Amino acid sequence: MATYSTNQFKNGLKIILDGDPCSITENNVVKPGKGQAFNKIKAKNLRTGRVLERTFKSTESVEAADVDEMNVEYLYSDGESWHFMEPTSFEQYAADEIAVGEAVKWIKGQEVCVMTLWDGAPLTITPPNFVELAVAQTDPGLKGDTAQGATKPATLETGTEVKVPLFVNEGDILKIDTRTGEYVSRA
Amino acid sequence: MKKIRAFFDARGVIEVETPLISRYSTTDPHLDSLATRFREQDCYLNTSPEYAMKRLLAQWQQPIYQICKAFRDDELGPNHNPEFTMLEWYRPGYDMLQLMAEVADLVGSLFGRSDADPLFEYLSYQQAFEDVTGFDPHQVTAKQCYNYSVDNHVEVPQGLRPEDDVNHWLDWLLTQLVLPTFDNRGFTFLYDYPAAQCALAKVEPGPGSLPVAKRFELFYGEVELANGFYELTDADEQLNRFRRENEKRLSAGREASKIDENFIDALRCGLPDCSGVAMGLDRLMMVLTGTACIDQVLSFAWDCS
Repeated sequence: MATYSTNQFKNGLKIILDGDPCSITENNVVKPGKGQAFNKIKAKNLRTGRVLERTFKSTESVEAADVDEMNVEYLYSDGESWHFMEPTSFEQYAADEIAVGEAVKWIKGQEVCVMTLWDGAPLTITPPNFVELAVAQTDPGLKGDTAQGATKPATLETGTEVKVPLFVNEGDILKIDTRTGEYVSRA
Repeated sequence: MKKIRAFFDARGVIEVETPLISRYSTTDPHLDSLATRFREQDCYLNTSPEYAMKRLLAQWQQPIYQICKAFRDDELGPNHNPEFTMLEWYRPGYDMLQLMAEVADLVGSLFGRSDADPLFEYLSYQQAFEDVTGFDPHQVTAKQCYNYSVDNHVEVPQGLRPEDDVNHWLDWLLTQLVLPTFDNRGFTFLYDYPAAQCALAKVEPGPGSLPVAKRFELFYGEVELANGFYELTDADEQLNRFRRENEKRLSAGREASKIDENFIDALRCGLPDCSGVAMGLDRLMMVLTGTACIDQVLSFAWDCS
């Protein structure tokens, strides 16, 4: 089992806390004068996204998390798993619902996503920041109702509903920001 | 800097300069020296000029001060930089209280305040703990500290165990419970430390039956600015302490340090009865300018050095 000592702590280091892989986001040494030092850290739980605060007696060691990141292409879903392929090795990975999470709203196939692996198994899938998706269904915009900022709901081909400007029609290809879930432009 | 030098000039304290590199490192169980090499031989950057200055003191028996760089491995954060500027001075014939008064004079003069201002609080280590926790730090055990923490919902750091050295617990509770009460009250002197935290200070009978270390620290809010001792002058006792500290280093998984024989020899020759203090000037600058991060008082922060 690989471990890190507190003096190796730095931002971005991946460690195991409460059985989950976490990434250190802040590391401060607390030292009362000449005495025993302590490391106060903040770490982001890579599975849940929650931020934890922890303190360690310095020179204590912590289990290292075997976490990797790679770019993968989305292939297809069989309903239970979402299948991705690493494009140079052609190796395929099956991510479960928890790992895919919100990404499922934005991917239809062939998008290049960032996959985080923990002990070789998919942990999280991050879709591209921008995706282009077709509008599957939307009501026609009312003529003359062009006040700025007016929007209507539209259902994309992935089944996700987004707010779009009134001029958008069924079949249009839209550019969507996956981080905010907002319409950017017509592609 | 000019004001500091003028302060000591006016009081007849002589400025000295001692080597930054030594063939010996510190035995302090919680400090690591930065190492370098000269002609295939290991040598170390000083963590403070203490040993060298005491050698001068043994030779001259005169009050001396020095402003120099000090270096410590693995210390980096809002209040720590691996190299920092230290002001250290020694006063033959002074006891701890006299030196604390001089520290207050110096800091007060840098702030441009008159002596009448109630700028400084004086608090014994025992009083500080009793005010906050109700227990006597000189008598408490590690197990009691652990129970106290659990009962009062104080976070227990990973790796700090009920069977650990009680001083590790006191260090932890000091930062968690005692120092936060120093916030918003300017400068605080904390003095008469637990005997086991004596470092290079004399241990003498305390107000109770138990001995205390004649050591003090100056804080501004929660930030430690200075550490001073009524200096230990007994060479054999010092050698024993160094050996014990090396044992602690080994049991904590650190390397034992080579004991500075020149320093022990100087004590044998006769260190005058004296008190000495080391002050972090970068931190004092932070206080004077009201900045929260040491990087802002350095010409170049560690990331850019």
